Amino acid sequence: MRRRDFVSGLAGMPLAAQVPFERVLNAGAEPRNWLTYSGNLLGHRYSPLAQITVENAARLRPVWVYQFPDTSNQVSPLVVDGVMYLTAPQAMMAVDARTGRNLWRWSRPAPKDLQTIGFGRTNRGAAILGDTLYAGTLDGYLVAVDAKSGVERWAVEVADYKVGHCITVAPLAVRDKIVVGISGGEAGVRGFVDAYDARTGKRAWRFWTVPGPGEKGHDTWLNEAWKTGGATTWVTGSYDADLDLVYWGVGNPGPDWNGDVRPGDNLFSCSFIALEAATGKLRWHFQFTPHDTHDWDATHVPVLVDATIRGRARKLVINANRNGFYYVLDRVTGEFLHGNAFAKQTWASGLDDKGRPMALPNTEPTEQGTLVWPSLQGATNWFSPTYSPRTGWLYVPVREMGAIYYKREAVYKPGTFFAGGGEMAQAGDKAWGAVRALEVATGKTMWDFRLHSPTWAGLMSTAGGLVFGGSNESNFFALEARTGKPVWDYQTGGRVTGNPVSFEVDGRQHVAVASDRVLLVFSLA
Amino acid sequence: MTGLLLLAAWTAQPADADANLGRRLFDAQCALCHGIGGAGGRGPVLARAQLKHAPTEEALKTVIEQGLPGTEMPGSWQLSPRETGLVAAYVRGLGKLKEEVVPGDPVRGAKVYAGQGCAGCHAVAGEGSGYGPELTSIGARRSAAYLHEALVRPGAAVPEDFLVVEAVGRATVRGIRVNEDSFTIQLKDPQGFHSFRKSELRSLRKLAGETPMPAYGKLAPAELTDLVAYLVSLKGRP
Ligand code: HEC
Ligand code: HEC
Repeated sequence: MRRRDFVSGLAGMPLAAQVPFERVLNAGAEPRNWLTYSGNLLGHRYSPLAQITVENAARLRPVWVYQFPDTSNQVSPLVVDGVMYLTAPQAMMAVDARTGRNLWRWSRPAPKDLQTIGFGRTNRGAAILGDTLYAGTLDGYLVAVDAKSGVERWAVEVADYKVGHCITVAPLAVRDKIVVGISGGEAGVRGFVDAYDARTGKRAWRFWTVPGPGEKGHDTWLNEAWKTGGATTWVTGSYDADLDLVYWGVGNPGPDWNGDVRPGDNLFSCSFIALEAATGKLRWHFQFTPHDTHDWDATHVPVLVDATIRGRARKLVINANRNGFYYVLDRVTGEFLHGNAFAKQTWASGLDDKGRPMALPNTEPTEQGTLVWPSLQGATNWFSPTYSPRTGWLYVPVREMGAIYYKREAVYKPGTFFAGGGEMAQAGDKAWGAVRALEVATGKTMWDFRLHSPTWAGLMSTAGGLVFGGSNESNFFALEARTGKPVWDYQTGGRVTGNPVSFEVDGRQHVAVASDRVLLVFSLA
Repeated sequence: MTGLLLLAAWTAQPADADANLGRRLFDAQCALCHGIGGAGGRGPVLARAQLKHAPTEEALKTVIEQGLPGTEMPGSWQLSPRETGLVAAYVRGLGKLKEEVVPGDPVRGAKVYAGQGCAGCHAVAGEGSGYGPELTSIGARRSAAYLHEALVRPGAAVPEDFLVVEAVGRATVRGIRVNEDSFTIQLKDPQGFHSFRKSELRSLRKLAGETPMPAYGKLAPAELTDLVAYLVSLKGRP
């Protein structure tokens, strides 16, 4: 008690974090903080703060800037009681959220022979639980550090980086566990989702996203293809506390563009999976793209919402998928309830009653090349959509872009590129981007805000009636959530590469976003 | 097992099958810009003994793999190292064929260039205006056929991302797009730069196929040939 008094006596000084799981679970009750990757465990990326509004957003000005050592930063910051927690490849940082001044920095040297196969060096953020901060590293470790000092508590090897494993995903704190996924889908690794005891770092469970012999779904892989099946898990999932289920998106099968060596549906690639939080046991799965040959990972944030579908109140998980279709699933059972294309796609005539795509002929990659929409980076990608409970709409960062897909030989050699082809994407004015508002139950486009090029940044909605987003041409902007009308934009000088977050210090709402080499923080002038 | 079998199958293939694959890969992924047989087009002729950016075998593979940053030459990361090797071998083979012979006299062509006032819009080795693209190394970047086309039908052979735009606000400005984002656009015309916020414009028309570059089809055939020979000789600063 004395100690508490002492700390709060220093008014204005950022307080050290104590974040029991109840706080993460009820994140919506403390809008001034951003306690988990998506702002809440439901994957909404919605801020209940309402100081910045449609009327005053034009007065947003930068307050401070944080400079990273490298480019293309994708971190989604956490903010707890005046302290912002950031990550970069092999690093975690605590920063005074009021001034941007550094409080501590932890880092882990990258091994000399470290390689990231098929993607850039990045880290999407941390998880916080109790007084501990958790993040993954490119060399395959999950690390826990003291949130007050950055002192390392433990570091466990999740998987061997030498064969192409890598961690870029922000972990998810679920009760007493830290759930984490893996990257390496272009290196022929075998994917999984892991959970670790938050206190000790001991592994609690592992769910293999490519089932081994005797496991459910193993028969969807022929020969020995499952051993190099990819199906990685590099975007943070969501959690439903009532059902006690963790939802996670699974990536493409390997090799990406040459499916000849892996006949079958290749479960659980390109799927959402629902896992029991305590055991990691599979409750259900839904595969968006069976036997994918276009690299359409389903590594998206599963967005958990409740809505009425055909007259019946349902617990849903919704997803605008890289393959160009929007899906509504029952999150208790995984049942497919609705689907429709939300962006240009030329590879399927539609979805059948079970949500399985009806693939069109001549849309597979070939040696000469096949032109297909969307491009391999998809109609959307890893960056977050946002769900606003105020409008009841899902807002999606969209990429309208086609590509010529090539099929090539694929020979597996550990620790090398194992992709079997690639693409030549449409460039220049032939491709563009958008922020698109979708009605949850029907997937109907409510409005569309066109962007100059296919975007690579996430969205955040707020109780102030705004949707924040970014562009490749360095625009960070706010749209009116009801109409899509732009109300504010700012030239950051570098491609906007992150997911926005919002928090409050000194009674003022702030908005932050990573833009290439920097993190920018704005509030009203 | 499958991997091993595949590997064995590939290595067992005779050498001419490899050469064939190199050519097929080139036709599918490079010919679009470099022409069938490396005859040139939007990209330079590759049927040459000396490649500027690829003096060695290793440099050639690196150019193919990573492209030339800041130019229209893309990286081909979709090729496996073995396939990159096959394409490189094919490109090298092209250099052993007869090189592109360009008729005309570059010295006379330089006089045509001066006489026609090309320098009013183009710069060569620092001399001239920066309104149109710099031509200092145009001969290393484009084939003779493409350059001929660029002179006779300029709108049909424009650099990637080149666009003429008409912006109507308080006044009407027609210019070359210098940059654009979702909220703003920057143009240049002979007077200089113009900056617009899109929300302030009454209309914004993108005039694909238009160019301020005059067509020079009316030049005497010999002058045109000499002019192309001059442009082909522009290989960059020594
Ligand atoms: C989109 C058009 C495009 C494609 C496709 C393309 N190139 Fe290029 N390439 C270019 C251009 C333009 C240049 C000249 C760049 C410069 O110097 O400005 C170039 C330059 C080169 C050079 C260097 C030439 C020199 O003189 O040093 C090589 C070699 C080359 N390309 C090989 C290839 C190969 C092999 C492929 C297919 C795998 C390929 N290119 C595909 C447009 C292309
Ligand atoms: C009024 C300005 C203007 C004049 C005069 C002009 N050009 Fe151009 N030129 C341009 C512009 C703008 C472009 C780019 C758009 C295009 O390709 O049409 C261009 C393109 C070119 C290109 C193709 C460049 C590339 O990278 O593809 C060549 C070659 C060229 N000009 C040569 C000439 C020559 C030779 C003359 C004189 C006989 C000349 N130009 C006169 C404006 C001009």
